[in-house]
Amino acid sequence: MIELQHTGAGRSGGLADKMAGFIFKAMALGVALLFLWLLTDLVRHGLGSISVAFLTEAPRNAGREGGIGPIIVSTLSILGVCLATVLPLGMGTAVFLGEFAPPGHGFGTLVRRSLDVLAGVPSIVFGLFGNAFFCVYLGLGFSILSGGLTLACMVLPIFIRSCEEGLRAVPSSMRHAAAALGMSRFTTLTHILLPAALPGLAVGLVLGIGRALAETAALIFSSGYVDRMPQSIHDSGRSLSIHIYELSMNVAGGDGAAYGSALVLISMLLVINGLASHIAGKWLGKHQMGELG
Amino acid sequence: MFPLLSDPWLNRLLKLCAGMSGALVLLILIFLVVESVPALSSIGLFSFFSDPSWSPAEEASQGSFNMVPMVAGTLWATLLAMLAAGPVGIGLAIYCHYYATPVMAKLFRKLLELLAGIPSVVYGFWGLTAIVPILAKIHQPGASLLAGAMILGIMILPTVALVADSALFQVPRELIQGATALGMRPWSMIWGVILPTSRAGLFTGLLLGAGRALGETMAILMVSGNVVQHPETLFSPIRTLTANIALEMAYALGDHRNALFISGLLLMIMVTTLVILAELAGRRRYD
Repeated sequence: MIELQHTGAGRSGGLADKMAGFIFKAMALGVALLFLWLLTDLVRHGLGSISVAFLTEAPRNAGREGGIGPIIVSTLSILGVCLATVLPLGMGTAVFLGEFAPPGHGFGTLVRRSLDVLAGVPSIVFGLFGNAFFCVYLGLGFSILSGGLTLACMVLPIFIRSCEEGLRAVPSSMRHAAAALGMSRFTTLTHILLPAALPGLAVGLVLGIGRALAETAALIFSSGYVDRMPQSIHDSGRSLSIHIYELSMNVAGGDGAAYGSALVLISMLLVINGLASHIAGKWLGKHQMGELG
Repeated sequence: MFPLLSDPWLNRLLKLCAGMSGALVLLILIFLVVESVPALSSIGLFSFFSDPSWSPAEEASQGSFNMVPMVAGTLWATLLAMLAAGPVGIGLAIYCHYYATPVMAKLFRKLLELLAGIPSVVYGFWGLTAIVPILAKIHQPGASLLAGAMILGIMILPTVALVADSALFQVPRELIQGATALGMRPWSMIWGVILPTSRAGLFTGLLLGAGRALGETMAILMVSGNVVQHPETLFSPIRTLTANIALEMAYALGDHRNALFISGLLLMIMVTTLVILAELAGRRRYD
């Protein structure tokens, strides 16, 4: 793609050409500066409030003082419920779509289409659904369980898509070889295909975690607001994202703690995203990351 | 090993998983409709755009349920965000492909991936503490349609840019080599060859961005003021459909609660239409 630069950008071109080059570079610079502003703001204000005490203590005075210990525990519990649901269901679906439903398979196409639609559903609609179905209809109430299950519905399409791509990347010769050896499909799956598709699974997992950690709107009416340490998954628990929302919108003077929580959340996401692109860069083509990210 | 999991069983088990995953979207739709229907009969479809205002109540007869200002708020915020993020997003993708040095392009893609992962609540919080005070100096109250559109635009920019970027990857190399051989200058090549070739992919990116903006809740809720009114100017506070659900769901009962589910259904229809359009515009990866 560099050939373009040699053709004209360096030589004297037309006016339109020079202007176009200038505009694109200005755009890039502007965007870079804008996001630099955002990131430095978060780090500058957030770093001051982060300490060991902040990470472990319970919030006091509506979160203005104290820390975010119980909130981190709730966040991780919600994530745990979400993953415990998504992993088996998502892997099963991905294996079915990738290995048992060739293109043109009616049922497989139907499932793929509905997953595509599911991926586009706005998060607040997941919140409404989670509240109506898990909290009210199934009687789970505002709880970590309801929140995690609601998030699972949201994360499922992302995880399945990535798993399926991982399975697709496994060369057919492996399947043929396994079939020629008389291996059952179950053995082929557990001993050949899934290990070979592990990078895809890992990327899907990591992307799903990222999406789940970032989510707020779907959780407000399913996992609830309670900022105490949860005793079980039937207790209501406040996630980090909801904590940031509460502190900035409903608690006057909560900005400092909100910056701190935002920085903790972003650091968690950064580590996870770093992991995702590391795995993706190592095993998958660079190309897929663009679409998945 | 597991005799039960001999092949027919495996097939059935996996089919069950796939069926459950596939049925999820149907389940969501059913629950939205079931919760909406009582309000449709007691409030009546007509009230949603003819009532004098949005002042909902548990009993349909005691409240008024005009959703038009919030639909307008949602559409205006999305439109303005797209006007900003569309050209800039595509511009960034073009910059990465044809103007940046390889190192810069790589850095930019990393930055965009990072930004796409930042939670919307963090964008909203930053907008509230950094953008809104600046806007308030220009024109009170600061929290407004403009602030909402700006934050939405910033949020969807990475999505638009990343999809546009992968669309540009799909421009056949021969076309670029041909254009270079003809001595075309970069801009003529971009305008005359590259943009027309990648049109479908770029359009997909725009539609996906618009879908994300329409469905976004937290960021817009935190910066746009949340007054239910038709936006008169850019500086009027607005409330979007999504923000309305998030704000009122906590205490909504009876017909009010059902009305919120109707707005959820409306949102789902709007966003799903955009997603389907995006799929039709871009070439499918499956099949």
